[in-house]
Amino acid sequence: MYKTLLDVGFLLAAIAFITGLRRLSTPATARKGNILAGIAMVGAIVIALIYPLGGETPAVNYGWIAGGMLIGSAIGWMAAKRVQMTAMPQLVSIFNGLGGACAVLLAVLEMFKASADYKLGIAISVFTLIVGAVSFTGSILAYLKLDGKVRDKNVILPGHTYINLILLVATLVIAVLYTMAPSQALLVGLIILSLVYGFSFVAPIGGADMPVVISLLNSLTGISAATAGFIYGNQIMIIGGILVGASGTILTVLMCQAMNRSLLNVIIGGFGSAGSGSSAGDSMDGKVAKEVSSYDAAVMLNYSTSVMIVPGYGLAVAQAQKVCKELDELLAENNVDVNYAIHPVAGRMPGHMNVLLAEADVPYSKLKDLDEANAMLPATDVVVIVGANDVVNPSALDDPGSPVYGMPVLKVWEAKNVIIMKRSMSPGYAGIQNPLFFNDNSSMFFGDAKDSINKLVDEIKSLG
Amino acid sequence: MEQLTQFIGANLIYIYLIAFTVLLGFEVISKVPTVLHTPLMSGANAISGVVIIGAIILIRTAEPDDMISLVFGTLGIILAMINVVGGFTVTDRMLEMFKKKKKA
Repeated sequence: MYKTLLDVGFLLAAIAFITGLRRLSTPATARKGNILAGIAMVGAIVIALIYPLGGETPAVNYGWIAGGMLIGSAIGWMAAKRVQMTAMPQLVSIFNGLGGACAVLLAVLEMFKASADYKLGIAISVFTLIVGAVSFTGSILAYLKLDGKVRDKNVILPGHTYINLILLVATLVIAVLYTMAPSQALLVGLIILSLVYGFSFVAPIGGADMPVVISLLNSLTGISAATAGFIYGNQIMIIGGILVGASGTILTVLMCQAMNRSLLNVIIGGFGSAGSGSSAGDSMDGKVAKEVSSYDAAVMLNYSTSVMIVPGYGLAVAQAQKVCKELDELLAENNVDVNYAIHPVAGRMPGHMNVLLAEADVPYSKLKDLDEANAMLPATDVVVIVGANDVVNPSALDDPGSPVYGMPVLKVWEAKNVIIMKRSMSPGYAGIQNPLFFNDNSSMFFGDAKDSINKLVDEIKSLG
Repeated sequence: MEQLTQFIGANLIYIYLIAFTVLLGFEVISKVPTVLHTPLMSGANAISGVVIIGAIILIRTAEPDDMISLVFGTLGIILAMINVVGGFTVTDRMLEMFKKKKKA
């Protein structure tokens, strides 16, 4: 009776996870959906604490559980409350890695206990271990890259694609050997290889590909949680894990579509490694990029009728979202129509720019997606590009040799004037030269994005 | 092969569960507007902290002197709990910003 009631409780939690995720995918109900999923999680944890497992749980074991939960809650809560919105991609990846790490621990402890005869049981643990470990170290490296602690160039080795392939094959071979005849030496080898592979797998992927990787790692953590659920015969773990795996997979596919590239192509890391060489520089085909003064830029903006702001990762780095909103309001007072063009892979995380601009209170209706923005651009007077680069690169349309070729981009060059805010002439994160900078209607505004927009705000104010 | 058929026979209900959850998962989340990509990802991420339940069961069934299970199980609980609490809190923070703006 008691046990059945608790089972019904798990069932309700599973339904609440699904309903919560469903609401999370519609703007009006998103917040309630998240809270519902959170309540379901608390409920599921409470049930797991009191569920009869055939025997009394020693009191001291509950002490360990309570201690772990307290420490974890405190760390998680503080990290979530303190983080800057601009640092959100890093935080999401590190949280994700921790879930993967937990799955690894569960799989390894299970392998100590499992009988060597039950091959399929071992195979499931081995799979959980590998997927969890890849998600763990992959997420850690993604965190380090996003936080600027590790630069792409320092972790890419010559022939990295082959190294990854060798690592993957070695991991799989040891996995099979272990499943056939478990031994401690093989287990240690498997753990180390999986962890190294996770790191090496993310190493060559960077820049505009980051949103794909983060979604993919998210999906892997979900899958490892689901297979861990299989080990414990726990339905809620299976359902929760699979839902996460599905949502991560959908986001991965969406991000790949936004760049018109296959997942394999992203994983191999073609971006940034191809088309390098003579890419950096301030001239191209004899053309020189021209600079604009803050006064001229302010006049241009103030006397236009429509302005499109194109935010990119530079906006996040400079934390310029609030001054951007100030500029927007100032221009709106002068009857300038200001909108924002949001490319699906702008920033380092799916939807990154939306979160930042929401923090600065920019109304949702002003955020235009790729198709809407491209329809509006030919009638736009001034485009202001704030720290974006690859998503406005015309090579994507007309240069088959360019690594970005084929990626849908914002056609900012169709507007009358383009102001590009950038720290220097150096190419973007992907290391690709951008011919846009050398167009006749383009002008460069060098400096930190926040400082530059502040200068513009001051100039426009002084224009009266 | 025999083990596999035995496994399928014994776990048929789980296999059904997995198959339908996969389909349901894709169906539920298939049309997400860009504006919700980040919160959806971070909310889903928090749900993947459901592995904590495995860690709880592991510790509850461990012998009180089995230090390996207790220590590593507790480490698992700490890591998964950071994922759960941090994930839901940070998602709520993001969604709060979206809401605030809607009223204005």
